[in-house]
This record gives sequence, C-alpha cells and structure tokens, in this order.
Amino acid sequence: MKEIALEAHNLTVSYHRKPVLWNIDFKIPAGEIIGIMGPNGAGKSTLLKSIMGLVPASSGYVRIFNQNLKTQRKKIAYVPQRQSVDWDFPARVIDVVKMGRYTHTGLFRRFKPMDYEKAKSALEKVGMLAFAERQIAQLSGGQQQRVFLARALAQEAELYILDEPFAGVDAATEEALIKIIRDLKSQGKTMVVVHHDLQTCREYFSHLVFINARLVASGPTQEVFTEKNLASTYGGKLTLLSKMAELVAEKEFPVREKGSSEFKKSS
Amino acid sequence: MIDLEIILTAVFIAWACALVGSFLVTREMAMVGDAIAHAVLPGIVLAYLISGGRDSLWMLTGACLAGVFVTLCIEWVQKKARVQSDAAIGISYTFLFAIGVILVSKYGQTVDLDQDCVLYGEIAYVPLDRWMLGGLDMGPRQTWIGLGLFTGLSVLIFRGFRALTLTSFDPSYAATLGISVAVWHYALMGAVSLTTVVSFESVGAILVVALVVIPPATAYLFAKTIKNMILLALGFSTTMVVSGYYVSAWLDVSISGSMATTGLVQFLLVMGLKPLLIQSEKIPSHGLKSKG
Repeated sequence: MKEIALEAHNLTVSYHRKPVLWNIDFKIPAGEIIGIMGPNGAGKSTLLKSIMGLVPASSGYVRIFNQNLKTQRKKIAYVPQRQSVDWDFPARVIDVVKMGRYTHTGLFRRFKPMDYEKAKSALEKVGMLAFAERQIAQLSGGQQQRVFLARALAQEAELYILDEPFAGVDAATEEALIKIIRDLKSQGKTMVVVHHDLQTCREYFSHLVFINARLVASGPTQEVFTEKNLASTYGGKLTLLSKMAELVAEKEFPVREKGSSEFKKSS
Repeated sequence: MIDLEIILTAVFIAWACALVGSFLVTREMAMVGDAIAHAVLPGIVLAYLISGGRDSLWMLTGACLAGVFVTLCIEWVQKKARVQSDAAIGISYTFLFAIGVILVSKYGQTVDLDQDCVLYGEIAYVPLDRWMLGGLDMGPRQTWIGLGLFTGLSVLIFRGFRALTLTSFDPSYAATLGISVAVWHYALMGAVSLTTVVSFESVGAILVVALVVIPPATAYLFAKTIKNMILLALGFSTTMVVSGYYVSAWLDVSISGSMATTGLVQFLLVMGLKPLLIQSEKIPSHGLKSKG
C-alpha cells in the first residue's frame, strides 16, 4: 500500500448548525492526481476548507501524511478559488507569489536571495515571469489562476489542494495548468483538485472522490467512475447528464461550467 | 511659531491616521474607522467615571477597549442577524455612541467632557497646552503625543507589514500558513482605536475620519503596491493638512473643516488627473469601489 497523503475520518462539518458534510471518510494515496467531484452545493469547497483548517469540523478529523495539520503546514499548499480575493488590491504579481515563501521565512525574517529566486522560478513554471512587475488588477482570469498556482508552488509543499482551478479559464490556460499539475505529480507531489467537468475528469485524474454532502465513492478512477456512482452523486441531474453524454458522443459538444466563474466577491 | 506648532501637530496625527487608514481602505473597512471614532466615546466616559479623573492612561485603555468592542459588535450583528456589513456598522456604532451621549448627559455636571469637544475638537487650542520639562517649555503636549503615536504605529506597521498585508489581501490563505488572522485584525483595530482617541483632543472625531479615509483613498487611485500606497498616503495627508491650515487662515474659518475640505479637493484633482496618467500606462487602472 502506498503512503497515505491525506485522510479524512468520519468528517462532519456544519454551517449554522446545518451539516454540510456528513461522515466523509476517505484516504488519498501520495503521488497521485486526485479529483474531487460533485454537483454544486455538494460541499466540495467546504471539504477543502476543512482540510486546511479554515472551517472547524463538528466531528471526525483530517490527517496529513498521518499527522495533524498543525505539524504539517509546510507540507501542504492551498490554492483558493481566485474569486475569493479582491484583485484590485494594490500588489504586483511578484508580491503575491512571494507570500508563498512566508512558510519558510516566517513573518519577520528577511528574504534571502534564494527566496526571490524560488518566487521567480515559480512564476516561470506557470509562464508568468514576464508579468512579475505587473499590477494584479490588470490580469485576466486565467492569469490570476496561474499566479495563485505560482504562489502555492513557491511554498514547495508535498500536497497541493486546488479549489476549482479550471473554473472560468480559457482552454489554453486549462491545458497549461494540467501540464503543471502533471509535472508536479511526476516529481512525487500529491495533487488534490476540485473539478466540475465530467468530460475531462477521467483523463485528468487517477483517483476520484465523489461527494454529495456524503461520500459517494472514492478510489482509482477506473473503479469508481461508474454510472451508479455518477447517479448517486448527481442524482436527479443525471437525466440531463446522459442527454449531454449523447450530445457529446454525437458532436463533441464541450461540457464546461459557465457563468459560475464571473461571480465577484459579494461581501 | 504658533502656525508651525499647529501644523506639526496636524501633520503627525495625519501621518498616524494615514498608516492605519491605508490598511482599512484596502480591507474595504474604511467606515469601520468612522464607527470606532464614535464608539470610543462610552469607553472614555466610563474610564473617566471609574478612574475619577482625566488620567490619559485610563482614557486610552477605555477608548481602545470600546473601539475593539465595536468591531466585535459589528461582526456579531453581521453573523447572527445576517445583515449587510454597512448595516451592522450603523447599528453597532450608533448604539455605543448613544450610550456615550447618555453617560455624558447624565454625569455631565461632574464630568469635564462635552459632546462638542469630543466631536469637533479644536486644533487651534493645541499651542495652549504646553509640555513643561523641569521648567523648560518643550512645546505643545499634543505635538509630542502625535509624534509618539506616529512612531509607535510606524513600528507596528513595519514589524507587522507582511502579516497585515497578507491578512488584508487573502485572509484564508494567511490562515493556511498558520498566521492568526484574528490577532492581526484586532491589533489593527486596537491601533485604529488608539489613533482615534489620541487624535480626539486635537482634531476631533470628524477630522479623524477624514484623515483615516481620504489620503489613503487618494493614494489607492495611484498605488501599485501597498508600500507605495502608504508612502503616497503620507504625502497626500501632509499636503492636505498644510494646505487646509493656510486656507483656514486665509478665509478665517474652522481649521478642521478646511483640512477635510482640502482633502476632498485633492482627491478630486487626483481622480481627474488619473485618466491622463493611465494613457501613459504608468499606473494601474483599478478604481475605488464601494462595498455593500
């Protein structure tokens, strides 16, 4: 059995006393690309936030490389949804990426030349080095996503948690992002990605976790990507889904989430 | 000499306000500054009643506690009643301010505090209150207090620069790095309270709000980084109070009122000049947004 990078044990999370996640229980092997799939409102983002310690669990626990989050912070990097921040904030691209080095420098120690180099090389990996001095307000959605990924890369973690990195980015960016994710996997990193698109999920992920408030299934893609699991994850929406599948078979019609990307921070 | 003393005091206080204001504006919390400026009143009065005198340490403590308390109230109302943040601000600070007003009116005879002095403050009186050290006239007390405040805040902002910037930009991410978002939030709120109450005696609550919001907002129009924004805000706050002072001398009107007005004029000028500068692509094209 491979090393376990991430384990959720009987995890239950509630908002305003209403449970959003019930008894989520899964193990994720190290060195793989894992997709977390489920319909809107299934609690995918909440699951990631709970893993990162941003929302408290009502019961159950999360283990990272078999230990508590607190001792493993340097090993785990979080890429939030890009809509979660205000991109009009006065900062340059390089300033945002440098934040990823704080896990190593702390809040008070000076940056060494090495820290600058690592921030720059993270930018280079996502193809944004030329934009280092650019104001973040001037970036497109896809560029914002690359900058967020670069910030996580600068952390040099072992486990990366990405919340919908492909939402609302163009096809070229999606391709670039998945290439970076695969590169990291080939370096032995574990990549956990919340994803929407059922079309591409078999191609992208070696393991899948299906959730819809409860855990539906988790395991290697070829084992769990079944009609039954899809039906219990997406429920009533499956009729729509099968129609879409027919469409795809006929016309190669792309099934991509639209609209959700353009939401601005509302509070 | 009197000119210089008043201007120096105003400049130091304006700088202190610009430091905390820059972070409030980028956090879209500018009106929290307003809320704190009003909500410190009951803290001051209670500290006065408990300590029985105008001992500044007690007053400062009372005001800071009240200032942090109002930010707690705002969050509580927002979470529990699930109303917009601006409504929560309005509910919380008017409540605390009202309690302050009631306390002043109830104990007004015994307390050497009145609403006018708290709300409007009079910077023209700054030169009257001297700091005597061993019989030597060191200058107005308020000037030194202003300088001390600015120095203290500079240290806080300098030391906490990364934490304050990161928790302003992306608090969730900051938390995943193990940074305590709440600690820095309340450190900033405490600093805003301290700034407000220290500035009270010399410039009054209204000008404090103008100094906290207008220069950072003006700087925000241009600034590429937060460091840049703070430096620009220091510059804009200097020109605002100096020009405001001379306008008031020229027209023979209220100093505080003139300063707030020149601040606005300056903001409008910068706003008007911005399109010209954007064409030369030297500055970012983001603008000020309102929240809620």
